[in-house]
This record gives sequence, structure tokens and C-alpha cells, in this order.
Amino acid sequence: MKDVFGLIYTNDESDVRLRDLTRSRSIAAMPIGGRYRVIDMLLSNMVHSGITNVGLITQRNYHALMDHLESGKAWDLNRKRDGLFILPPYVTRGNTGSYTGLLDAIRANLSYVRRASQRYALITDSSTVFNITYDDMLRQHLETGADITILYNVPAESELAADAERTHLKLDEEGRVVDIEVSPHLNTYPAVSMDVYIMDKALLTYLVEVSAAHYHSDFVRDVLIQQMKNLKIYGYRYDGYVKRIESVEAYRQLNMDLLDESIRTPLLYKPNPVYTKVKDEVPARYEAGAKVTNTLVADGCIIEGTVENSILFRGVRVGKGAVVKDCILMQGVEVQDGAQLSYVISDKDAFIKRDRRIVGQESYPIVIEKNAVI
Amino acid sequence: MGKKCVAMLLAGGQGSRLGVLTKNMAKPAVPFGGKYRIIDFPLSNCSNSGIDVVGVLTQYQPLELNSYIGNGMPWDLDRLTGGAYVLPPYQKGKSGTWYKGTANAIYQNLAFIEQYDPKYVLVLSGDHIYKMDYSDMIAVHEKKQADCTIAVYSVPWNEASRFGIMNTDENGNIVEFEEKPAEPKSNNASMGIYVFNWKDLRQYLIEDEANLESSNDFGKNIIPRMLSEGKHMVAYNFEGYWKDVGTIESLWEANMDLLQTPPAFNLYDSSWRIYSRNPVLPPHYIAGGAEVSGSMVTEGCMVAGKVEHSILFSGAQVEEGAVVENSVVMNGAVICKGARIRRAIVSENAVVGPDSVVGGNGRIAVVGPETKLPEYSVVKPGEQVDTEVLAKRLAKAEEEAK
Repeated sequence: MKDVFGLIYTNDESDVRLRDLTRSRSIAAMPIGGRYRVIDMLLSNMVHSGITNVGLITQRNYHALMDHLESGKAWDLNRKRDGLFILPPYVTRGNTGSYTGLLDAIRANLSYVRRASQRYALITDSSTVFNITYDDMLRQHLETGADITILYNVPAESELAADAERTHLKLDEEGRVVDIEVSPHLNTYPAVSMDVYIMDKALLTYLVEVSAAHYHSDFVRDVLIQQMKNLKIYGYRYDGYVKRIESVEAYRQLNMDLLDESIRTPLLYKPNPVYTKVKDEVPARYEAGAKVTNTLVADGCIIEGTVENSILFRGVRVGKGAVVKDCILMQGVEVQDGAQLSYVISDKDAFIKRDRRIVGQESYPIVIEKNAVI
Repeated sequence: MGKKCVAMLLAGGQGSRLGVLTKNMAKPAVPFGGKYRIIDFPLSNCSNSGIDVVGVLTQYQPLELNSYIGNGMPWDLDRLTGGAYVLPPYQKGKSGTWYKGTANAIYQNLAFIEQYDPKYVLVLSGDHIYKMDYSDMIAVHEKKQADCTIAVYSVPWNEASRFGIMNTDENGNIVEFEEKPAEPKSNNASMGIYVFNWKDLRQYLIEDEANLESSNDFGKNIIPRMLSEGKHMVAYNFEGYWKDVGTIESLWEANMDLLQTPPAFNLYDSSWRIYSRNPVLPPHYIAGGAEVSGSMVTEGCMVAGKVEHSILFSGAQVEEGAVVENSVVMNGAVICKGARIRRAIVSENAVVGPDSVVGGNGRIAVVGPETKLPEYSVVKPGEQVDTEVLAKRLAKAEEEAK
């Protein structure tokens, strides 16, 4: 994979289906699994594939990402040659500071693409979580002589949310993409794109320039669908765990799935551990009287109460007599003595006062915004 | 480029009283407190005190320490000028020797210190658990214009005869030093932390080396000589938690100190964080049916059994039906189904087989590193079992079976 560079596009649009969770951050910066962010998975996938040149296209609110990524040290991407390049938006004659789509974003950052010494580009979106190494996908790309290879999976019926924006693919026996439908009314094609593409850098540059000349900005609509006949587009199937973070329910499901060892281990640490920023927190502390079951607990937590079926991020405090059930509590949340929470997703540093009761439902968890005091 | 202060951390000690724990690693590399090693404390103290040149003197079983310290990155000691350096003994012309004593270890690295031309040299040992602002000690040294400042700790009177005792006058100046006195006149024990003026120290070390009768030790030679010459020696009183974890019992105790409410030794101070090299592991998982209380648990652990008043280190596992009480379970150790651990230290990557019993009410039992105890094993209180002892045991059992 020495001849591949990575390009990650972080979409910044606040998605109504994610409610307050994306109000101040992109999906890429969303905290998951107790100590990670979505971007950790995307970067670790690339690093474990041997990619050492990664461009990260950010938009308006990229502070959370910059803060998290620093120099790329935690991903081994602080390199003399190549490494991690954070590509923030900038305003020029042709740029407005936010992008209308993937093509527009790459157009604005063509100078980075041109400078990359690698021949192939691996482009990913940033709202899907999975643990993969791309070696085999690249091998298939070269063997089939494809112009573009798209990573896809075949989600279970239950995973197909009605209102999700997804790209469905029809493949022939050889794996070539012969039809594409975006958010179809009926799910005629079971294969769904994971928004990861491999293509030659020269082709990418060409497509971006031609599209820009035609005021085109959407990669799926304006390139893949338009050029399906002219380009050899192949699919590469991934069979591991995939979760698209497209709603609060999906976000919750992803976290809850991590309580299952058979999902947690391959997704987070074996064989390819997900790297993340180290915070040097103290081990978690269970006081006498703590009752914790079926829960993922990060370092720095102090627990005196009861916690069930939950995910506790770093530095969460659960007071005496407090009961936390089926919750996701992000970094620094404090639940005071006697408070009761169920089906709650709380953003960072929220403060739940003594004896408060907050009850959501599995089908509609309550989302508490960052720094809220309740 | 000049630096104000260079720290020299003596990390060559074997720690032989730690038995099987230090058979294959030096004492400063011994794991502590769930995710730390002993050396993390002096290194973090240096980093938090703004000391950015730290020479780490290694000698005994240095592999683990060398790879642990690496370039010093976890302690923010990867610096353009300075940073953390591992300094093993080396060949010089025809005369390469091991570090003969603490003073000799520094003597052999005079050239290292010379590079930075510091005003002060801070000598530390890698054997203790404590948090200390060395910059405050250096400020006192400066203010009192001392020739040498020695950190002292008030130990209980009945234990004073185990330490090097500093007798001081009313101004805090040291007037006498007694190594392990039978009848101590004071309970100010030396913590093995010294601040010297570099120019003077350099001279003392060179002269001490030339003296063939010297055992080249700070406590035995350098300090007594400075005192006899009437140098201005100042005692720096340290208050706070300080623990020598030189024995199995004291190592176990220091770990248990972390479990008190509030902890006898507070790690939860974000202004004085203790840094360590973090393994890449997910948050720990407490299974349905598990019971965890009064304990510390860290990343990568999996608990399905019962854990009471114990510390689980990174990646430790406690299977269903296993019971862990008042114990220290180190990195990657596995306590299998039905095993019972009480008042014990289970070392790195050891496996306690199903239905085994380790420890009990009495002295601390130890399972050595990488030791895989088969099912129904018994390790009695005070007993230490490592791979070697286990192999003998198994051979004996086989013979008896014949």
C-alpha cells in the first residue's frame, strides 16, 4: 500500500437525525465506544493498511478535530515524509469556505492531491464505522483493471432505515457495477456503498476538473451515475461489522453493539487496534457499594452507584445511589447521588443534579447536550 | 545549550527483595497502580517540575526499562535539546566497568551532564512512589545557597533505624548523617533525592573515583565527606505520600493505599498527572453477573467474576465464578473460572488455572510473570511461584505419580 494516499472528507452539515450530537461537531469527531472518535477508526484503517500519507478535508467547525488529532502522533502519522495533513477550508475566488459536495471539496484541495507522490487515491467519507485493511481491495482494483473500486457491504434488512441516504449498487457476476440508485424507494439492490473509493490519482484529478467546469459537485450523482458506462466501476465486498452513523438510533446501536464481545474485539482491537489520543487518565475506581454489570467503562471514571447496559466514557462520575441504565455517557459527565437515568445519551461534561430522573425509551433515547446542567 | 538542572535517575537497582517479580526486570520497571510502573513517578515528577533533561542510569536487566522509556514521549520528554536518555554502562578504552555504586554511575556519565552545563544536578532513585515538585526543592537549595540539599521524610520512630537518618539543627541544616542507626536521634530519613551544584559535584566525583578505598556511593562516601568538610547541607522536608516499594509486602500495601476512600495517595490530580506508556486497548468490560467494588480497573480488562478491594492492571481478565480479594492482578494476567485469589500479587501475563487457590489470610502470595498455573493449583500465603518453581513442582508430581 506504499503507492496509495488517503483522503478523508468530513462532512460538516448538522444532521437533524443526529439531533444535538452534531450541533457543534462533524460526525467524524463524534465520540464512540468509551474512548474513541469516528475519525480514529478511519485513520487506523489506513495506518494498518500501510498508508502514510493522509489528507483530511475539514469544514467549518474543525476545532474538535484539530484538538483531537494534534500532529497525528497517536496514529504514527507524524512523519518526516508525508504523514497527516489537515486541510481546513479557506476562502478564495473559487471557494466559499464550505463545500457543496465531495468533488467540490477535492477541487479546493487539488494542490494536496497533486503533491502526493503516490499513484492511487483512497477516498473515504467519515460517517461509517468499520475495521478493515485495504490491501485486498487494492489488489482487486489492480487485478480487475478497474477505474474506480467502491467498497460496499450487504446490510441486514433491519439495518435499512427508510429515510437514510444511501447508495445502492447493482453488480454483475464479475463484480462490475451496472446500476446505481440513491435512496431508492424500494431496496431493489442489496449492496450498499460504504463511500470508500480507490482510483488512480490522474483519473481523480481529471474527474474533479471536468466536474468543476460543469458546476458539478456530487461524486455519486455527477460522476458515478453519469460515467457508469464509460468507466469500469467495480465493487469490493466487505463482510465485517459496519455501522452507518445516520441517526441517534444508529449511534446508540453502534455503542450498544460494543457490549458484545464478538463485535467489540474485531472492531476495536484484534487484530488491528484502533489508535486514539492518549489522555493519561487514572484507572477507573469502583467504590464499595458500586454495582456494575454489562458495561464498558473507560479510565478516569469513579463509580459509587449502579450502572447497567451502558457505555461510560473517560472521567464519568456516578454518585451514591444513582442508577444508570441503558445509557451512553460521554467524557466528564457527572451523575450526582440518587439521580436516575435510563435510555439517555449525554454529551460531554453534562451535570445531572441530585435525585433527578431522566427517562427515555429505547425507540427514542433522550439526548442531553454538551455542558447541560439538569 | 545550558540547562538549569539535569536530573540523573538511578534505575539500575535489582530490587532483590521483590523476589520473582524482579527476576527478569529491574525494580523501577515493576508495574504499579493499574497502569503505571514505578519509574513513571520520578519521570512524571521531572516532567511536571519542568525538568527536561533526565538521564536514566540502567544496569540490571535493562531490556524492559529501555523499551519502556524509549524516546521519553509518554512523559513529554522527547525534546530537541535534552529529554530522556537511557544511560547504560559502556566500554571506555580498556577499562569498561559496571556501575560500582551510585556515585560511580554518575561519574561514568560526567560527559553526559557536561553537554548541558547545568547549574544543578538532581539525583533521584527509581524505587519510590511519591509526587514531588523538584522545582520547589531546587528553589530552597538556591535560596539557602546550599552546597547540597537532601530531601527528608519523617518516618515512624520505630522504623527510623532502617533508614539513613539526617540529624539537623534548628535551621534545617544537616549536622550529622547516620546510616541505619541503632538508636536514631531523629526520624528524618533521607529519600535518596539530592540537589548538588554541578561544579562541586563534578570535583567530588572525580576525587571519589580516585580514592580506591571508596565504595563510590552517595550515602556512604560523598555525603559523609561533604559533611566532614563542613559544607552547607540543607534538609528539605517533604510532606505527602512517600513509599519505598522494595518488598513484596510494601508493594502490595502501596497498591492497597490507592483503594482507600479518599485514597492515601491521590492519582486524580489533573495538575500533577502521572504519565505512563499507554497500551492501545479499549475500555474495560464488566459483564452481566460480575461484582466489582472498592477496586480499580483499567483499559482492556474483562471482568465476569467477583473483584473486591483489588487492582486490575491493563488487559487483566477475571473469568466467571472467579473471586479476587485484596489482590494485585498485573498486566494481561488471567484468573480462570472458579479460581480464588486473596492477598496475592499475580504478575504480568500469569495464568491462574481454573479452581486454583492463591494466597489466603497471611503473608502475600506471589505468582511470577508468565507463570501458567494448571487447574486446582495451590499457592499458599507467603509462597512465590514462578515458571521455575512450577516446573519443579510439576516434575515432582509426575515422579510421585509413577
